[in-house]
Amino acid sequence: MQRYSGFSLVKHALSHHENWQRHWRNPTPKKRYDVIIVGGGGHGLATAYYLAKEFGVTNVAVIEKGWLGGGNTARNTTIVRSNYLWDEAARLYNHSLDLWKGLSQDLNYNVMFSQRGVLNLAHTLQDMRDVQRRVNANRLNGIDSEVVTPEQIKEIEPALDISKSARYPIMGASWQKSAGVARHDAVAWGFARGADALGVDLLQNTEVTGFKIRDGQVYGVHTNRGDIEAHTVGCVAAGNSGVLAKMAGLKLPLESHPLQALVSEPLKPILNTVTMSNHVHGYVSQSDKGDLVIGAGIDGYLGYGQRGSFPTIEHTLQAIVEMFPMFSRVRMNRQWGGIVDTCPDACPILSKTKVKGLYFNCGWGTGGFKATPGSGHVFAASLAKGEMHPIAAPFSIDRFNTGALIDEHGAAGVAH
Amino acid sequence: MFHIFCPYCQEYREEEEFHPSGQAHLVRPADPASVSDEEWGDYLFFRDNPRGIHHEMWVHRLGCRKFFNITRDTATYEILETYRMGEQPSITAANAEVRREQGVQTADGGWQTVGAQPENSRLNEETPS
Repeated sequence: MQRYSGFSLVKHALSHHENWQRHWRNPTPKKRYDVIIVGGGGHGLATAYYLAKEFGVTNVAVIEKGWLGGGNTARNTTIVRSNYLWDEAARLYNHSLDLWKGLSQDLNYNVMFSQRGVLNLAHTLQDMRDVQRRVNANRLNGIDSEVVTPEQIKEIEPALDISKSARYPIMGASWQKSAGVARHDAVAWGFARGADALGVDLLQNTEVTGFKIRDGQVYGVHTNRGDIEAHTVGCVAAGNSGVLAKMAGLKLPLESHPLQALVSEPLKPILNTVTMSNHVHGYVSQSDKGDLVIGAGIDGYLGYGQRGSFPTIEHTLQAIVEMFPMFSRVRMNRQWGGIVDTCPDACPILSKTKVKGLYFNCGWGTGGFKATPGSGHVFAASLAKGEMHPIAAPFSIDRFNTGALIDEHGAAGVAH
Repeated sequence: MFHIFCPYCQEYREEEEFHPSGQAHLVRPADPASVSDEEWGDYLFFRDNPRGIHHEMWVHRLGCRKFFNITRDTATYEILETYRMGEQPSITAANAEVRREQGVQTADGGWQTVGAQPENSRLNEETPS
């Protein structure tokens, strides 16, 4: 792999930037691998990268039915934060945040991680109580969360309307300064390039059509490019996890819903941070390109269509204009939908299954992007050792039968 | 935007009047105290989540406020039928393809939704354009 640096930039300028190496190879599938990852999104690629880098498992294939990072990795609103309520979730997302901090250097790829902070607004007395409870829980877990007053909010984000005459006046907020945003595509490409350089085969346009299971042990997958063998298979397929589970004869407690986002025309810099409100139900940040990046609720019905409904867009923009009246005449440029795999307790599933050697990493629902490096890291550790990593262990699928749920509906940015 | 036929109001109304309420035809265990943790967890949390034909419960929230069922394709979003609580779907994943073959083209080139509602036949007639 050619390393990127200021020097390489100068060197390639001499040849008019025409000789840059391709990011990754396009290999033909081998007959057998040690580990197969199904799903070439951010989480799958991160899993493959950490398997090769940290755990020395380099005979790995990532099988992707479309192109790398073309699903939810390309469709989210790029928010990274770790202010979750419960210890288990806080550990997982904070582990991820720690990895985010050094990710660009680690991957030698600029993922444009910008720690500009996240405000979670409170509009009612109960919101304020919830914010205080969450901040206290965060601080006990070593997360840099604090409660801020409307005046402090105005200093952080001057464009916000904190007037008392607002329809839903802002009473305060939680503020996580170390949170921020990252460039979503670069994350997928960086992990893909890093994994490829360590010998991982990235198989695009390869669709898994079934699992090879004998005596309760998985020993490979059927694909549209022939059978591929491996005794360890990790499924990281987000919205399509349920379809894969069905092929293996398993059932998951997931429901796949469309979740939309939209971006405006590019504006001069106006937002300093990420602002989220669970009450009026919208969240917004500004990309480095200048677009307002806006998201809101899921459509309540099941859908695999990667598009959402118009009433949801209208509702979203009502919330944005409620928080930022000055945006009322900003024009929206593009809108799209992704398929999120929501879990009943708004926490992911990182788990073994009844089929030996078959693992699932899914159920990230509406908030998976922030966890990309952490999820990949702990899942890779679990696949390499055959035992779930201590951070991943509480997210076993068994919790839906034992009752040990981790209810993060309050900390999830999107109600579902 | 869905245009949903409420089987109680006997009218098409816009999606915003309705609210989806999850998978249809779930049966609560008759004696919850005697089922195992597995069975109870399955009843509470585990759902079909198919890509394709799905039976789901909706409520006509801003209309008659009654619950009813919809058979819908989760990939194309096509609503195939709506039916009242207590009734069984006439279209299922097993017979959907057969029904589709029996369907008819509409004048504008689309495929006629098998809504099993009387006024659907009128949609098939030629309309002056």
